[in-house]
Amino acid sequence: MTTPQPQSSPTLLKPSRPVGIVGYGAYVPRYRLPSKEVARIWAGGRSGGLPIKEKAVAGLDEDVVTMSIEAARNAMKRAGVDPAEIRAVWVGSESNPYAVKPTSTIVAEAIGAVPNTQAADWEFACKAGTEALVAAMALVGSNMAHYAMAIGMDTAQGKPGDALEYTAAAGGAAYIVGPAEESLAVIEASYSYVTDTPDFWRREGQKYPEHGQRFTGEPAYFKHITEAAKFLMEANGTTAKDYNWAIFHQPNTKFPQRVASMLGFTPEQIEPGLLAPVIGNTYAGAALIGLTATLDIAQPGDRILLVSFGSGAGSDAFDIHVTERLLERRELATKTQDYIARRTEIDYATYARYRGKIAMK
Amino acid sequence: MTDIIIAGIGQTTVGEHWETSLRELAHFAMQAAMLDAGGLRPQALFVGNMLAPNLSRQAHLGALLADFSGLAGIDAATIEAAGASGGAALRQGYLAIKSGMVDVALVVGVEKFTDAIGSSVEAALATTSDSDFEAVQGMTPTAQAAMLMRRYLHEFNIPADGLAGFALTAHANGASNKNAMFQKAIKLETYQKAEMVSEPLNMFDMAPNADGSAALVLTRRELLPTGFSHPLVRIAGSASASDRLALHDRRDPLWFEAVQLSTGKALKQAGIALDQISLFEYHDAYSIYAALSIEAVGFARRGQGWKLAQDGVIALNGKIPCATLGGLKARGNPGGATGVYQAVEAAMQLRGQAGANQIAGARFALIQSLGGPASTAVSHILELME
Amino acid sequence: MEIPRHWRLRQQRYGLVGEACPHCEAKIFPPRDICPSCGQEAKTLYAFSGKGEVYSYTTIYEAPAGYDENAPYTVALVKLNEGPLVTAQLTDLGDQPIQIGMPVEMVTRKLRQDGDERGMLVYGYKFRPVLQS
Repeated sequence: MTTPQPQSSPTLLKPSRPVGIVGYGAYVPRYRLPSKEVARIWAGGRSGGLPIKEKAVAGLDEDVVTMSIEAARNAMKRAGVDPAEIRAVWVGSESNPYAVKPTSTIVAEAIGAVPNTQAADWEFACKAGTEALVAAMALVGSNMAHYAMAIGMDTAQGKPGDALEYTAAAGGAAYIVGPAEESLAVIEASYSYVTDTPDFWRREGQKYPEHGQRFTGEPAYFKHITEAAKFLMEANGTTAKDYNWAIFHQPNTKFPQRVASMLGFTPEQIEPGLLAPVIGNTYAGAALIGLTATLDIAQPGDRILLVSFGSGAGSDAFDIHVTERLLERRELATKTQDYIARRTEIDYATYARYRGKIAMK
Repeated sequence: MTDIIIAGIGQTTVGEHWETSLRELAHFAMQAAMLDAGGLRPQALFVGNMLAPNLSRQAHLGALLADFSGLAGIDAATIEAAGASGGAALRQGYLAIKSGMVDVALVVGVEKFTDAIGSSVEAALATTSDSDFEAVQGMTPTAQAAMLMRRYLHEFNIPADGLAGFALTAHANGASNKNAMFQKAIKLETYQKAEMVSEPLNMFDMAPNADGSAALVLTRRELLPTGFSHPLVRIAGSASASDRLALHDRRDPLWFEAVQLSTGKALKQAGIALDQISLFEYHDAYSIYAALSIEAVGFARRGQGWKLAQDGVIALNGKIPCATLGGLKARGNPGGATGVYQAVEAAMQLRGQAGANQIAGARFALIQSLGGPASTAVSHILELME
Repeated sequence: MEIPRHWRLRQQRYGLVGEACPHCEAKIFPPRDICPSCGQEAKTLYAFSGKGEVYSYTTIYEAPAGYDENAPYTVALVKLNEGPLVTAQLTDLGDQPIQIGMPVEMVTRKLRQDGDERGMLVYGYKFRPVLQS
């Protein structure tokens, strides 16, 4: 059996009319659990080989709904649009508070987009948010809607003591997609590479996910990101040097550094978007919040490559061009680094309480 | 105008009555009052209770208590105004007789806090606040009082132990009230070192919720039984006022407008001035309520109420004795029964039956029960007739 | 289950939507249809900015049923910039000491669940210290 090859000749995803990002907003909760705290409890305090410095943890009164609402409000502040013209509010997550009843409906209500709106939740592990972004591009690009909102947000959980517990974190971002002529960054094209690759999953009814250990690397993360990125760049006639910035899905510090290098990107190009070392892996929010951090410092004319990865598995790649409008619009809401700087360190016991890991019954 | 007399009084001790049910508790007080009234049989029963449907899963107390005390067949209903339920029930009894439609009214206040255990009691108490905009936020009556106290201390630059006088006075007075929950005086150091409940409110800034029942028999003077031997105590003034329910909706959260309104109306009915009041039974569920009540009644200017407690003005031998038998703080806070206890205690004072706590020459008593932070204020003025 | 009561109030809970009196310009929250300032009818919806300052506060340790899992928590009376006072929890305080007069801003957070882990989630307004930018 060989690796699946694209059938016939796939093309880049480009909508009928040009679209882009009219508003964006991030959210990171204030609590931080250092990796060495997890190691103190589960690894005899071993301090070497920790995957990140610390991860962001949601407070007792926070969840994907509340975090998405704040990110959405930040995006609204930057976009300055009438919520009644937003015809889709789509949240991608794997930690929705309800298994049935979309987070998206509550977010839509909170920002005033109801009742004339789509509002289903999306699931594709860490690429649920970017999948929603592609759909938002399609809704606007086909002229069905003036604006559409896509959100990637998670309060990810790891099994106690498992490798993922060091990194599974809370955070994410919201994007309002609209016509290119109103955008602070135009999305020139996108491309998705998806296969049935079971690197990480959670069965219905189970509390914590399973992961394929080393199988999650080469056949999953690296394969899908590189295939999606290479296809996009080849179809566009670009190489890494043509981009100012790149953001890759960031489950830890090393994976995005390695895949960047494999694709010819320098450490400087990925630096502003590489947040995993200080906030952890925000799952469906990870690539999208790397993009908000990059937009927070990018200049008009900059070109950005964004490639997400979701287990199961797939990658969404986007070619983004920054416009003049970014400079004044980005000042209208809280910047990603300001959320990151807002920090209260907690210990493992507090984290266990906040994440509902202490049996109350 | 016929005089409406408090012909009979009765009360249980205030405390944790684990072994006594709600109906038995009320029955004790009702019987004692009817006996004290020389056997007058009521045509109507007014029950003051705030939380029985919640804590004891028992509503419909009018029919239940009338039935249990052998009065089945009479007019009976519950009056509810949170902590002012007792005062409100007394007012209904008064109005019934004043209307001429009822000759003898029995008023009973009863509360069984101990029928429920744990955080459900706190949740039940929160139903007396605005459910949609206060309780839903996890707010409790104690937290409301704590926030008022913090603001009061802040606005008027009052020392942290500035409200100690209220607890000290209450406990000193409760020491000789055999029905009181706490019968021991306390020292200032005890207040200063007390455990915080909800900062800045400490354990001695709040009255203990407890079980209790008190009852009164009201009738017209000409219907008193022959041989009736108690000094005649009449209801000279009766008034109730409401304010915006939620504390956040008040024009000025530190001004108990309902207290001001109802006191003013009651004084006018009684035809007396404030300085003729011999004693004041305020609703000291919290020390801050006592301070704010003193101010809104007019005994002190805004922000100065605490000084009356500090300076001993409210002591038994002071100019304006308050909480003369321990108040809510030492006698205990039996919820909806409070207003009736206040009436029973004031009647004892006016009759000369207050023992070691007797205020010499007591002529007019002002009693006042509050629902929430004076969202309801019911004031009565009792008078010793010549 | 108390679904309808919470559902009816979602605009107030999520968006701090109150009323503006068309007669005397007073801003009203929570909405009450009769203006508390001038006594006339006031039904025009008005969305508050969410900015305000702390009027008073206290921390609750003995929480009522349904709120015990989040104890201890801090409740406050917040004076909104537009005038009204609201009752709300303070959140995201970190180690910051609270002071009367501290500027705060509205955020939407989980207030409680209705009943137990099977019940509906009730979201609503809380206030946090203004996020520096």
